[in-house]
Order: sequence, then C-alpha cells, then structure tokens
Amino acid sequence: MGRRRLPSPRRRPTSPGGLAGRVGARSASALGRGLLGIYLSVLVVLPIAALLARSSHGGLGAFWREVTSPEAQAAIKLTLVVSAAVVAINAVTGTLIAWVLVRDEFRGKKVVNALIDLPFALPTVVAGVVLLALYGKNGPLGIDITFTRTAVAMALLFVTLPFVARSVQPVLLELDGSAEEAAASLGAGRLTVFRRIVLPALTPAIISGIALSFARALGEFGSVVLISGNLPFKTEVGSVYIFGQIQNENLPAAAAVSVALMLLALVVLAALTLLSRSRSKHVR
Amino acid sequence: MSANAAKSPVVGGGASAKVSRLGLRTVALGYLALLLLMPLAMIFYRTFEHGLEPVWKAMTEPNAVHAFWLSIELVAIAVPLNTVFGIGIALLLERGSFRGRGALGLVIDLPFAISPIVVGLALVLVYGQAGWFGDWLSEHGIDVIFSVPGMVLATAFVSLPFVARETIPVLHELGTDSEQAAATLGANAWQTFWRVTLPAIRWGVVYGVVLTTARALGEFGAVSVVSGRIEGQTQQLPLYVQDRFENFDATGAYTAAVVLALLALATLLAMNLLTRRTRSRRAV
Repeated sequence: MGRRRLPSPRRRPTSPGGLAGRVGARSASALGRGLLGIYLSVLVVLPIAALLARSSHGGLGAFWREVTSPEAQAAIKLTLVVSAAVVAINAVTGTLIAWVLVRDEFRGKKVVNALIDLPFALPTVVAGVVLLALYGKNGPLGIDITFTRTAVAMALLFVTLPFVARSVQPVLLELDGSAEEAAASLGAGRLTVFRRIVLPALTPAIISGIALSFARALGEFGSVVLISGNLPFKTEVGSVYIFGQIQNENLPAAAAVSVALMLLALVVLAALTLLSRSRSKHVR
Repeated sequence: MSANAAKSPVVGGGASAKVSRLGLRTVALGYLALLLLMPLAMIFYRTFEHGLEPVWKAMTEPNAVHAFWLSIELVAIAVPLNTVFGIGIALLLERGSFRGRGALGLVIDLPFAISPIVVGLALVLVYGQAGWFGDWLSEHGIDVIFSVPGMVLATAFVSLPFVARETIPVLHELGTDSEQAAATLGANAWQTFWRVTLPAIRWGVVYGVVLTTARALGEFGAVSVVSGRIEGQTQQLPLYVQDRFENFDATGAYTAAVVLALLALATLLAMNLLTRRTRSRRAV
C-alpha cells in the first residue's frame, strides 16, 4: 500500500508494531506494488504497446496507406462528423437539462435526476436494442431509422447524454444568484442575464462535458453496431470498421485506424482543455 | 436545491418568466422522454406483450442460462481484482511520492479514453495467435483469446478506473491527520490502513464497486473482439443479446436486454442511495 510520510518510527521504541511489524509492512507494501505493476502491465501497458508497435510496423508510409484507404477514410470522416454534431446537440440539451434540474421545481424531479445516469449504467448493446424497439422496423411510431446515419447519431446521443448535464449541474448549483439579481434589477432581460452572466460561468463545464462526450462518441461501438447496419461508406463508423478488419484478420489496418482515432481524440481533448483553461481565466 | 429554485423567480419575475420556465421544462423533459424513457418503456412492453410464458422460456434457454452465469463469473473475477488494485492505486496516487505518478494516472484513465474495440484489438495483439505471446501460450496449451481468460482481461481492462477514481477524492478530503495520529499512537501501516483509512473511505470504494460492476456486466465491444462469440461457451449476456437479435429471436433478445436493464436500474438506485449516504456523512 502507499508509502506514508509519518514521523520517523525509529524514535518510538514503545511502538507495539515493533521492528518486525514495520519490516513486514514495508515488504508487504513492496509486494503490493510489484503485484500492481504486473497487473497493469499484463492488462494495459503491454497491450497498448503492442498496438502502437503494430500500427507503426511498416513505417509511416504503411500507416498512412491504411488510414487513407477509401473505406477507412469514409469511416473516420463519418465518425468525426457525427460526433461533432452529437456534441453540439449535447452542449445545448445538456445545459438545458442541468438548468431545469437545478433552477426548476416539479414533481418527480428526483427520479428524472437519477435517470440521467441511465446511459452510464445501461449496457451499450441494450441501448441499441432499446432504441430499435421504439424507432426501428415494426416500431409503434411507424418510423424506421435502422441503417441510417440518423440512427448512428441517435445511438451516440443516447450514450453521451449524461456528460454535459452532469458536468454543468454542480457549477450551476454553486452559482451565486446575486450577480443575476443585480443585472436583472438594472433592467437586463432574462436572455441577456443568461448570455452575459450565466453562460460565461458555465462555459468551462460545458467544454469539459463536450470533451468527454466527444471522446466517448469517437470510440462507441455497442450501441451503434446493431442499429446502423454497418454499411461501408454510409453508416460504418470507425470502431465498426476496426471490428470488421479484425474479423477479416487484417490486423495492420485495424491497428492503424485504432491509433489514428486515438490520436484524433487526444488532439481534440488537448484543444478543448486549452480552450476551457483560457475561458475560465477570462471569467475570473 | 430548493434555495436555488427559490432564487430563480427573482430573475425577470412575472408571468412571462413562468411561461419560459414551463417551456424549458417541457423541452428538457420531452427530450429525455423521447431519447431515454419511451424507448426503455417500449422494450419492457415488447418483452411482456405476449405474457410471461415466452419470457420464462427465453430465460431458461440453456444458452441464455450459460450467458448469465458467464457474466456473473466475469464480474466475480474482474470486480474484486479492480477493487483491491483500485484502492492500491488510489493510495499510491494520493499518498505516495514517486517518479512516474503522472504515468500511473495516465494508465488509469486510458480505459476511459480508448474505444472498447481498440481494447480488444490490443489484447489480441499480445495474447492472440499472431500476438507477442501467442507462440509461448500455444506451446503451453493456454488459450486466452477466443476463450474465457481473454474475456476476463477485456472486462477487467474496461472497468479498471472506477474504484481508483472514486476513492481518490475521498482520500484527498480525508487528509492524513487521523492516519498520522494512529501512527503516533503506535499503529503500523497495516493497522492504520485497516482501522483508520479503510473505514473512512469505504463509501467511496463501494460507489466505485457499483460502477465497476455495472461496467463489467455491460461490456460488449472489447469482449466481442476477444471472445470469438461461441454459443454456449464464450457468450456473456450482452453478446447473447446481440446473437439473439441478429437471429431474429426478438423475445430472446428483449428478455436478456430487460434482465440487463433491470440490473442497470438497480445500479442507479444503489448510486442514488450511496450519494445520499456520503452526503449525509460529509454534512455531519
């Protein structure tokens, strides 16, 4: 377990743990760290290293060829476009949901508040089945979204729903109403108060929710795979393309597109973190 | 929350404020109903629309029973491992000082940032036939990929961060005062951990365990890659849902999906009860 920075034990000869106890604890701690190191290596570090090694196996040229093959390119592009659209919608609906949960009062609010986390708790494949039960073929509404890009977007909206709402909610709770009251008493309309006072305070939280949603949307598989039909050049997203390449034993292509998507996620996350930092400085 | 809600009518005030509040509420709740609630209700309706008998038949199907117990088995291995190591990681990151802390934090967050499909691929590249350890493993007759051990690895990978991430803030808030006091009174590191630290962080750990369990039960993408999806052998519950769905066995798919959805709802309930518990503890 963790090394404690405690007052030097040597000065406490009366310690009932005694020298043997301390040595035991120390070697137990070393053993624990060793086991942890092995666990993380077997589970995470080695596999990720293998992935990076495989993707760069044939050099940069091979990597680029795999990533820019027409089908891979279409899949990556679709993933980026749909994810961007989904997080844009999330920014609005997530903020709205957080607003209603904090500033509004109605019966059943607690239940609604708990339900927001449902997409985190529900297995992704079930999310796909659930959406198809209502909006798929033979659904009661007579709509059929199966095998369309709308279906992909809807699945992604479902699984990323909590991120912005949950990141904005605590900030809104902490927000002191006095600035809003002052602005209102000086004659600012509600929209102006929201735009000039509330929104700037919420922006960093919205951006961090967007970043989490985007990372999740880029890699999402389970909810999309049943609902999208996985038609190449039409509804095939990046993760589904990778899955198909693994099934075809085309591991170099799978590894290259995996790493490309990881890099894209990293770039977007870094950019949004920087943006969020400059925003929060701006507010203060 | 009620204090904040009382504040909102002050802003703007009057009848138009009420109208706009009702409007926002309607839009937010309508969105949640269309995306979350109605699809979820629909799947329950679809499952039970022909009575209980087909549901019972679907539930007692040998492959369904096998998938259920395999899911339990995966949870029973992955969750304890990630709980013990998660607490260890939290202690190291929060109490320890060593080189590579940043790297450890990064490794812990990787499962959040990587697509489950990529996780599966990375595991195949190490433990699969063409992987780094493929020859050695097959020489010794050990099957990892397309077998249960691979599914354990995939499940443990994706559910790795939760206990650590939920425990770290609690440890931070706890501080080291009581631990140092215990050490001054002569407790060794183990006694301090068992009698002081662990009781204080237990609800954070339990919350993490709930999230880990939910994630482990629902994992689909990574397991889908490494399992080979062999009926009655390497199909856990989410894979079984997909299998039934793709074989046009709606009742089978819906029944298994409803079982998973009920487990998700139980998770939500547990999360809510635990949040209340930790809040009241902090308030004292």
